[in-house]
Amino acid sequence: MRRFRNVCAFLLTAVTAVALTACGGGGDTAENADGPVTFTWWHNGTTDTRKAVWEQIAADYQAANPGVSFKIEPVQNEQFQTKIPLALQSDSPPDIYQQWGGGNGKGQLPSGKVADITEQTSPWIGSLGPIAQDWADGGKQYGVPYVGHTVGFWYRKDIFANAGITTPPATMEQLNEAVAKLKAAGVAPIAIGGKDRWPDAFYWGYLATRHCAPEELKKAVETVRMEHPCWLRAGQDLKAFLDTQPFQPGFVGTPAQQGAGSSAGLVANGQAAMELQGDWDPDTMSALTSDKDLNSKLGWFPFPAVAGGEGAPGAVLAGGDGFSCTKRAGAACAKFLQYLTSTPVQEKLAAVGAGLPVNPAAAQALTTDSLKSVFEYTQQAPHRQTYFDIALPTSVGQALNDAIANFFAGQGTPETIVQAVNSAAAGNK
Amino acid sequence: MSSDLRRKLELILFLGPALVLFIGFVLVPMVLAVYYSLYNWTGFTSLDDFAGFKNYLDALTGSVFQNAVWHNVVIAVLSLVVQLPLSIALALLLNRRLRGRAFLRVIVFAPYVLSEAITAVIWLLILQPGGFADQVLRAAGMGGLVRQWLADPDLVLFTLFVVITWKYIGFGIILLLAGLQGIPAELKEAAALDGATSWQTTRHVILPLLGPTVRIWIFLSVIGSLQLFDLVWIMTLGGPANASTTMATYLIDHGFKRYEFGFGSAVAVLLFIICFTFALLYQRFALRRDTEGAVSR
Repeated sequence: MRRFRNVCAFLLTAVTAVALTACGGGGDTAENADGPVTFTWWHNGTTDTRKAVWEQIAADYQAANPGVSFKIEPVQNEQFQTKIPLALQSDSPPDIYQQWGGGNGKGQLPSGKVADITEQTSPWIGSLGPIAQDWADGGKQYGVPYVGHTVGFWYRKDIFANAGITTPPATMEQLNEAVAKLKAAGVAPIAIGGKDRWPDAFYWGYLATRHCAPEELKKAVETVRMEHPCWLRAGQDLKAFLDTQPFQPGFVGTPAQQGAGSSAGLVANGQAAMELQGDWDPDTMSALTSDKDLNSKLGWFPFPAVAGGEGAPGAVLAGGDGFSCTKRAGAACAKFLQYLTSTPVQEKLAAVGAGLPVNPAAAQALTTDSLKSVFEYTQQAPHRQTYFDIALPTSVGQALNDAIANFFAGQGTPETIVQAVNSAAAGNK
Repeated sequence: MSSDLRRKLELILFLGPALVLFIGFVLVPMVLAVYYSLYNWTGFTSLDDFAGFKNYLDALTGSVFQNAVWHNVVIAVLSLVVQLPLSIALALLLNRRLRGRAFLRVIVFAPYVLSEAITAVIWLLILQPGGFADQVLRAAGMGGLVRQWLADPDLVLFTLFVVITWKYIGFGIILLLAGLQGIPAELKEAAALDGATSWQTTRHVILPLLGPTVRIWIFLSVIGSLQLFDLVWIMTLGGPANASTTMATYLIDHGFKRYEFGFGSAVAVLLFIICFTFALLYQRFALRRDTEGAVSR
């Protein structure tokens, strides 16, 4: 018995020690913005072009700012989910790290490690437009976006022409007509990567953005509660749309971006006519086909209008990529983030297809006309709605994505989608 | 130096490093998981939102977790009733003298060498709509059998089971072959002298002597089925509509995708309890006769 007690005491001590280490802060001293500093930088550019661009940008910045050096660590997109919580609990988190803003980013603030860079960014953050608000909370800036993303329909002009569709659909009725024509022409009208769940959420998210007024969208995201009937209407419209069977066979098991059999691959290889995806889609598709001429065949049109919708016409479902700083080098880091939004850097990012520049002056560096039209459409949008899974707290956003994916697989109702949000917000699993 | 002190020093010297590693990398994480499971914790804050056993209750009463447990059980039972007889039959076949036996053994064992991730990616390509599986079926004039292998909620678990069988049957066969090699030739000769047919020898001599190996295989297979993760995560992410969710995918989904680390820890503890209970009961009732004399003095 005594031995048992000793073992328990030992374990308790060990647990307490580990817990205390985990809770302890450290390294909170902000440095002078111009002093010598070595940035540990975690970005998600793990593949060649993007990786090389970030290296070039770091080298240029280092050359112009003696005393600054970089320790760059490319981290795969999905790995951030596991690495960031651990890093923000440790005593040596990275100085600059990839951050997607919204509720996801806000969830990281209680760690106490994310630097408040309001003071350093306030002179220029406004020039980036509403997108920068995704990296702010309670009037304080906790990160800076370097590119924006907008979701819309990427379509094959050649397949549309073959099916006799002359103008891209502007309303849900026209989209349904196009779907019918494409089916009659023997091609899958719309490809979707239902296995990954988030592509499903684009449909519900856009329908909600079309049905709900901007004030309601803001209110629901802030309070994490969906009460207005417009949220239900999004689900009802989605049900009606799903009933037209617009997607490729087996769409709930199809991945979005991996392999020629993915939804992006199906459009790239002419087996499907369109896909609702972000501006990164042409880039993704190019890697999945041998068609060197793909870009000239691709066109873009915004998500159609819905009948009786209260949403702002032309509102976009969007997101972005950004960086946050941790406290050790907050001020110097903010200065570097400002550099990332400068025109030459933004042009470099636009040229490699990283996304839509947050600095409008760099828009001409976008490589295709379709991307330029996405950019213009986004600039003119009266409302910018961040994807709901990012805008809402992570647990709620993921519960929403799961409920929508289940709905696509034939389980649930328009009500269960809304309930999933309200229930997850209340802490239910 | 007294012999007592020397004995203690020896113990510290030999046992110490292993004990430190065991405590640091096995015991402490286990205790921490139990500790975290009692809190609502997003991973970013300090542990201050005590939840008691709510996380456990939520998991046990949630239909998705219940389904996940059921899916694990289905895979375990299918392994026992399909994989085991198949493994035994193939092992008996490969134990005979036949042309190209070494080559056949390599072929059968090859999938086991592949990592689960690679296996999953290969089979994703084979099973995607219009993929290799569908093409083969159509070429063989069986186009009517083409299904949505990974997109049909009624079918997905069985499709995954086929992939699991493809991957792990080689391991079962190698294990059983080793067991077969251990059966003394004299016993088979004696049976033959007594006039036993080949089937009678197999049924009454070989299979009973293969018992210990089969029992070990069952143990490994059930534990593996309960912890099934990689293949499912890569091939279906537990979908469509949770039709292939397992306890492990459910745990990762909530822990790392939803940042519900407290809840995820509770699921991890439940998974541990289920595996541990099975292991204890199995040791007690099935493996006891095999290990008798091996562990006690």
